[in-house]
Amino acid sequence: MQRKVSLFVPCFVDQLLPEVAVDTVKVLRRVGYAVEFPEDQTCCGQPAFNTGYWDEARPCAEHFVRVFKHADVVVCPSGSCVTMVRTFYADLLATSSLRDEALALASRTFELSEFLVKVAAVTQVGATFPHSVTYHASCHGLRELHLRDQPLQLLRNVDGLRLIEMVRSDECCGFGGTFSVKFADISAAMGDSKAESVAATRAEFVTAIDPSCLLHLQGILGKRQSPTRTIHLASILAQQSPQKSRAQEQL
Amino acid sequence: MSQTAAQRFLQDAAVKSADLMHREVIRRGMDSYDAAHLKGRARIKDWEAARQKCQEIKREAINHLDRYLLQFEEKVIARGGHVFWAANSEEACTYVKNLATRLGVRTVVKSKSMVTEEIHLGPALEKAGIKVWETDFGEFIVQLREEGPYHIVTPAMHLLRGQIATLFQEKLGQKIESDDPAYLMAVARRVLREAFFSAEMGISGANFLVADAGVIAISTNEGNGRLCTSVPRIHVVVTGIEKVIPRLEDLAVLWPVLATSGTGQGITTYGTLIGGPRRPVEADGPEEFHVVLVDNGRSQLLADAEQREVLHCIRCGACLNICPVFRHVGGHTYGTTYPGPIGSVLTPHLNGIKEFKHLSYASSLCGACTSVCPVKIDLHHHLLQNRRNATEAGTTKSSERLMFRAWRHAMLHPRIYAVGGWLMRKALRIVYGLGLAGSTLDPMRVWNRYRSPVPLPSESFRARWRKDRAAN
Repeated sequence: MQRKVSLFVPCFVDQLLPEVAVDTVKVLRRVGYAVEFPEDQTCCGQPAFNTGYWDEARPCAEHFVRVFKHADVVVCPSGSCVTMVRTFYADLLATSSLRDEALALASRTFELSEFLVKVAAVTQVGATFPHSVTYHASCHGLRELHLRDQPLQLLRNVDGLRLIEMVRSDECCGFGGTFSVKFADISAAMGDSKAESVAATRAEFVTAIDPSCLLHLQGILGKRQSPTRTIHLASILAQQSPQKSRAQEQL
Repeated sequence: MSQTAAQRFLQDAAVKSADLMHREVIRRGMDSYDAAHLKGRARIKDWEAARQKCQEIKREAINHLDRYLLQFEEKVIARGGHVFWAANSEEACTYVKNLATRLGVRTVVKSKSMVTEEIHLGPALEKAGIKVWETDFGEFIVQLREEGPYHIVTPAMHLLRGQIATLFQEKLGQKIESDDPAYLMAVARRVLREAFFSAEMGISGANFLVADAGVIAISTNEGNGRLCTSVPRIHVVVTGIEKVIPRLEDLAVLWPVLATSGTGQGITTYGTLIGGPRRPVEADGPEEFHVVLVDNGRSQLLADAEQREVLHCIRCGACLNICPVFRHVGGHTYGTTYPGPIGSVLTPHLNGIKEFKHLSYASSLCGACTSVCPVKIDLHHHLLQNRRNATEAGTTKSSERLMFRAWRHAMLHPRIYAVGGWLMRKALRIVYGLGLAGSTLDPMRVWNRYRSPVPLPSESFRARWRKDRAAN
């Protein structure tokens, strides 16, 4: 029987960056997983939780638990949204009747690179991406989920990809959810510093495991008319050489 | 109407974060700190174990604060010292002021102490006609500039040596011939020497209060601390009640960890232990020794089980140094005694959540602070708790409350969520199509002020998924 994962697509990815989810599906299928997408899913609750509205976030978290409770494994292309489930549901749902299910679900929910490397034990996904790329270590992935090497391992095994390290790759890009609009000046200044680090590498692309960082950086780089483009890790891993893609289509 | 702390913060943050000169000065300072800090940490065989140990020591102290403080007090009194328990700033300032007046003090020399900044002791003494000299080099500089310290460890890190030379020229009434750091320090030293020998009272803080030995422990680098505590005939220690630690041997790990986190040093140049006034057999030291134990909101924090560990803080400054918000807005923008992550956690507790909640929101929650804290305070999670407290206390905007209520409703109804998302993208496409991005009609105008607009795909992922499923 084919192994199965349930896809958790963050709300803003669903609405604004659907190709990140499409590419996540491609990669998961390529490494041998059947992917299902529970269509009742909405948001994990993080925007409300981070802004202090725990009473508003709680029912969303409970909704999330109900939607995914029968999933064997949940995979998500965002370290931040996984952090919400893995780290914060314990606090948020401490007195909820769904607490135990939430804790169990938290341990079965993985960020994409984490899932590939730690659970599926795959570091070579057969991707080709003949470009120079620099990696931004997104905060939640790095400091809450402790994902330092997993994304880099995957990137190093992409055919043709030239990885260029940026200075202060682990300094926050300045997104921070509602922080990005509540304190837009500070957020943009932090984004600007990150853009400087990116520019210094002269890489064609900047990648990360968090689409929220990339959405913010895309805007900052766009405003600066920087030649560097943002691309989610999943979208790099989904790329194949034309021959390989054709061969797959024939299957 | 006068500005609120939040309005002032937003305004100052906008100015500072766009100030590229400031950004460069701080970046250079922090780069050299980062290098020293990393090197310092590498010198300690097991940094994580050291952090763990420091956390345990502080936890034990804070959990038994009453016992350890009384033990400390008893020892100090037995040696002829005085201990005063100050519930708030006013009590602490009044005690020191009355003491100074009673003993005919006209000049005070101070070594570096953030608690004296917190209670505004300097201005209180000046108001009583007493001359106060800050003798830490950085503090001396910011005192001449009539501003507060920029950073809790390095108060003048925002200044270039040229600015300091100009300042000295203006304020010290002598010709300044160079901006060479050694020269400027020599100038300050000559001025301060006179102050040390004319002062009747020296005021210091304490990095730790050692309960079993009944002594205060001070870490310094400049030697001014020793002069303040030994030359004048009265020595007053002003410190927070949370500084107590159980045992003298705890310093074996706390001192090097504090120095490493503060400046990257293995240990600071001077480590001073003082437990009372000069004894008959001793040649130096003050005739009177007073310790002012300041509460000022700390016991209220102690009662908060969720955030009690904030009292573990040893004021090393590591969380400020690594904080990307601090690096961009600078220390003065916070408008508080304690800037940076620890200040953003602590200030709402000490000075009120209503007025200072904005500081807990002014963070991207990146967690860099927590990753370096030498006593392992879960700083960025405490920011989240402060945000929750602010919301529960009803201090947030009603428009925001309404918005999140509507948001919740949508998130609990996948259909409404999907249609709402579609509508939002459609509407934004129309607005942007009319070239109105960034205008008052653009709901994303704050985002768009500094960023190009977000992508607006015609289909959401769920729509594409459904289509693919129908096709197969």
